[in-house]
Amino acid sequence: MLASKLILKCLERENVEFVFGYPGGALLPLYEALRTSPIKHILVRNEQAGPHYASGYARESGRVGVCLATSGPGATNLVTGIATAYLDSIPIVAITGQVNRDLIGTDAFQEADITGATAPFTKHSYLVKDAADIPRIIREAFYIASTGRPGPVLIDIPRDVQLESIKTGLTYDKVDILGYKPNLHGHSGQIKRATKKIKEAERPVIYAGGGVLLGHAEKELLAFAEKDNIPVITSLMGIGAFPEDHLLYCGIVGSHGYEYSNVVMNEADLIINIGARMSDRATSKLTSFEENTDFVHIDIDPAEIGKNMETTIPIVGDAKTVLIDFIAKDTSKDHATWLAKIKEIKEQHPLVYDADPPCSDLINPKVMFRSMSEMTSDDSTLVADVGLNQIWSALYYHVSKERKFFTSGGLGTMGYSIPAACGVCFATLDHPKEVFAVCGDGSFQMSMGELGVIAEHQLNVKIILITNKKLGMVRQLQCDVYGKGHYSGTDINFDIDFMKLAEAYSIKSYKVDKNEDFIKVLPEAIKHQGPVLIQCQVHPDFIRI
Amino acid sequence: MEKKTCLSLLVENNFGVLSRISGLFARRGYNIDSLTVGTTENARFSRITITVTGDEQILTQIKKQLNKLIDVITVIELKPEESITRELVFIKVKADDTNRNQVVEISNMFRANIVDVARESLIVEITGTRDKIDAFFNMVEPYGILEFIRSGDTGLQRGAKVLSF
Repeated sequence: MLASKLILKCLERENVEFVFGYPGGALLPLYEALRTSPIKHILVRNEQAGPHYASGYARESGRVGVCLATSGPGATNLVTGIATAYLDSIPIVAITGQVNRDLIGTDAFQEADITGATAPFTKHSYLVKDAADIPRIIREAFYIASTGRPGPVLIDIPRDVQLESIKTGLTYDKVDILGYKPNLHGHSGQIKRATKKIKEAERPVIYAGGGVLLGHAEKELLAFAEKDNIPVITSLMGIGAFPEDHLLYCGIVGSHGYEYSNVVMNEADLIINIGARMSDRATSKLTSFEENTDFVHIDIDPAEIGKNMETTIPIVGDAKTVLIDFIAKDTSKDHATWLAKIKEIKEQHPLVYDADPPCSDLINPKVMFRSMSEMTSDDSTLVADVGLNQIWSALYYHVSKERKFFTSGGLGTMGYSIPAACGVCFATLDHPKEVFAVCGDGSFQMSMGELGVIAEHQLNVKIILITNKKLGMVRQLQCDVYGKGHYSGTDINFDIDFMKLAEAYSIKSYKVDKNEDFIKVLPEAIKHQGPVLIQCQVHPDFIRI
Repeated sequence: MEKKTCLSLLVENNFGVLSRISGLFARRGYNIDSLTVGTTENARFSRITITVTGDEQILTQIKKQLNKLIDVITVIELKPEESITRELVFIKVKADDTNRNQVVEISNMFRANIVDVARESLIVEITGTRDKIDAFFNMVEPYGILEFIRSGDTGLQRGAKVLSF
């Protein structure tokens, strides 16, 4: 059997349905084999989008997403997407073509050291030097990508390896990697100490991160929080870990979070961190911390614990298993006073939706997302890009019930939403659901080419394009740091006719500049089977707060 | 408080493992004082000894981050009281007929070997702990050190205990 066929057989064994790729010379043998494989190839329009498709697919389905690119520029185009998946701990496998083995190191045509280039932000990578290793490497790659703290794994396969002829029936089932044994179960002594601390705490807060979602521990989190009425705050990556319409929900923390959430966090005497990194963006507004607050930190990655913040009680383990252990322990305590205090804090720091002219003349994005929350289905998925659109949708679109919210939280990669939302659509082809890609005019233009894929496959994605002819987030930072008027390189003034652009791809489109119109248009767009673009015009001076 | 620590690693003898390890130090801003690598009793594995300087928090992070690398099987700290570490050094000392004997005498006291002799220089080979080598340097410095190479620490745990998985 040709090694290229074997590669696809191995992918089939991993239940891969789709590969998001872009062909090239070094992948010719693999693409020849793909022609007759049951695995469906989706031709992305730029390799840069490939890992984002895989990421959206993985986040929606809980399975490993796969992207392909040829050697050299194809491979280097994957770099940002792989780093994006790494920072958000998303399980993807990237397969790249490489020049023939005897050409490696000679600066051959389209040669790039991609395992070297991606080493800092892949969980692991392989350069396949012998076709006989393919079954083991592919099995290990999927295992490493999807277990423990998930993340991207890269497999670089020289062209001549793909052309090797090897024995059929080569399989590899049992993974045994000496240096990789993820620990799922929290240490029982630590769990005892932690639950004792929780029982003693007067003002505990659960801080839920992306680890809760990755560990599928939403139900356990809800049960644990409800058991003794412990309020829950999430990180940006933790949105969706806890229902936003729940009484114990206390918002999103961080420099772009709700004001009241930061206040609540600062008032807490115990923070139970479940699968959150405590990144600079999340903790910059937290002040009173170190002296008077205890930390319980649960993370499957031992290196996360104590990295950014000193921890009182570390627990290395999977969010779900540790929460189940927590639920079984007695942590009972009356938190009525604390909850009353939180209610007071919430009242003192209300969410402000109003805007003044001239901002109020156009769409108010906060009101827009609030009203959108009331109109979308209970199981919709919203993929937010990076920028003001991300903050508005994170803060004002309610994620509850079965809804999902994805964004590039760690790396902050512009252009994420459209390919990732497409990935979500491919993951749900057999049970189509409402999928929204929210982006600004900056981020949209970074992934505009993918409209081709959307149109070709008639993906049921609704693009909410918020335009203000500015790179709004950076512009706001310029204003915050250097003062009003100190704008540099943040104008995108040329008036693009996005309606014509949509028309060029035969995508149904709307342009609205009033909230009333958005409300009218959205149900129509949702009802329409297939892609829709809604351009929502927002005033350039409409900022975050 | 910063301190020097010696780590011993058992790693898979895979393509790129050294660059993964050195890359990890580079991108997280940790300093490597020295690094030695060599084969082991099993061809599948290599053993690496790394000495690093940093405070407790950084050293803990280094160990955790090293453990995260798939190719790294075990990481242990070689504590001075529980292990032996040695360094091999070649020192080219300026020495002619007038003072060659003095340098040889010092070398003998340190149980160092003379491995090359020329009219105006000689090369001393010395093995030992960092303290011993520093002391030797101190003694031969007045004669003039032309150049030297230090291998960096390498070591093993004392007793029957072995690095395993």
